[in-house]
Amino acid sequence: MSASVLFDVPGPKARARNRVYGILSSVAVLGLVAFVVYRLDDTGQFQGDLWNIYEYSSTQRQILDGLRTTVETFAIAAALSVVLGVVLTAARLSDHKPVRWIGVVAVEAFRAMPLLIMIFLLWAAVFTSDPMWALVIGLTLYNGSVQSEIFRSGINALPKGQGEAAYALGLRKTQVMTSVLVPQAVRTMLPSIISQLVVTLKDTSLGYIIVYEELLFVGKRFAEQRPPVNGVYAFIPMVIVFGSIYILLCMALSSVATWVERRTKRSRKGTPPPMAAPGAAVMAGPGLGAAGATGAPGTDGPKTG
Amino acid sequence: MNVLSDNFAMFREGFVGTVELTVLSALLALVVGILIAAFRVSPVPALRIFGSTWVTLLLNTPLVLLFLAVTLGLPALGLKGWDSFWLAVMALGSYTSAFVCEAIRSGINAVPVGQAEAARSIGMTFNQTLGQIVLPQATRTAVPPLGSLMIALAKNTTIASSFNVTELGSVQKTLNADSGYNIFVIFLWIAICYVVITFAISGLFRLLENRLAVAR
Repeated sequence: MSASVLFDVPGPKARARNRVYGILSSVAVLGLVAFVVYRLDDTGQFQGDLWNIYEYSSTQRQILDGLRTTVETFAIAAALSVVLGVVLTAARLSDHKPVRWIGVVAVEAFRAMPLLIMIFLLWAAVFTSDPMWALVIGLTLYNGSVQSEIFRSGINALPKGQGEAAYALGLRKTQVMTSVLVPQAVRTMLPSIISQLVVTLKDTSLGYIIVYEELLFVGKRFAEQRPPVNGVYAFIPMVIVFGSIYILLCMALSSVATWVERRTKRSRKGTPPPMAAPGAAVMAGPGLGAAGATGAPGTDGPKTG
Repeated sequence: MNVLSDNFAMFREGFVGTVELTVLSALLALVVGILIAAFRVSPVPALRIFGSTWVTLLLNTPLVLLFLAVTLGLPALGLKGWDSFWLAVMALGSYTSAFVCEAIRSGINAVPVGQAEAARSIGMTFNQTLGQIVLPQATRTAVPPLGSLMIALAKNTTIASSFNVTELGSVQKTLNADSGYNIFVIFLWIAICYVVITFAISGLFRLLENRLAVAR
């Protein structure tokens, strides 16, 4: 294993020193965790009566309802934002100046505004009785313009020769886009697209602020309805339970992103990787140009790309 | 149309609130983020685990939930007497610190190993290698993403408005509820305030980038 940029492979003396640091820092970290747990216990956050509400099936059903609302909102907003992203990208790469201009203005305007300010506007002006659509439209406008930036940078990052070659073959612009540029761009940008979807998922919790009954709002209602036990309110159990749900949801989605990233690194042209020697193929030239670098000279798989 | 002139004091207060919140939580985020990044690249496994746990948890927590955790959790842990402004600074700062950490770490990882190897082979010490070779190059790569993180932070401060902090978002909420004014005009002025702030940040970072740039 080679050293990192920062330090050389440790020798015996450095290893001993690192072990001492390791022990000291483990003690410090464990001490910090123990302190937090002790304080929580000391202030009575672990009293059974604060937590037993989560044992009732009606509570669990309400949590599931909240979860479903969150996931539904996310699904609609995600789909719409990808669609808007595609439309805005098409506008920005258009051959017609006015269309391009509209695309640029829209993307810059929606990206520059804080999401919550847009949601407040939509909520107060248009969807007074229906906060869901204020949330969905707000998320769509903001994330759609960010997705559009991702798509555009993906397309612009492709080697120029790709588009030129396609035009030289006599393809029309739509054909060049749909059959040559976009498939390659999507493959390289998929991890970024999915991480932006994680952001969308996290931002659905803004619905809490505009009194929309999504997951976090359900949690707050539990905590407020619960009468205090020995003077302790049920907020910390709520934060722990609902925080775990959110973190698990987002981690599941981001693990899809890392999985996709690993996959696309492994097979540049989308064909399943040949049964190459393990280890060598996985690391094959990640930094080279997107196309044409398949089949690194070292790998002699059974197929030729 | 005279929303701004009628409520200038309110707008000024909100604007100053947003700027203060942004600057203070940016400082906190930079300090904590650099510390956690140092943890994550250190040779000590316990610190690495702590760093990556911190980053994973914060990257995957919605900011609203973090606000709830900080504003309700810290008082329960015995940190009483903090007002909502400082709690908001803490929530925003720790949230952004995870992103700052990742930006700095990827900056460090972008420095080719050969640079450090060459420095070591001509006999530079650890501190020299770090201070003269690795960190200057890492900073150059990390500055542009840090700039967009700071802009994101300035926009995220809006969430503090629903946790009793006076800033531009709460100005919008108050004026919206006040009716009598056109909601779109209120939005327009708030939007202009934010554009001023984000332009200032991106100008600052462009300046920094030009300062750090080298002719290649």
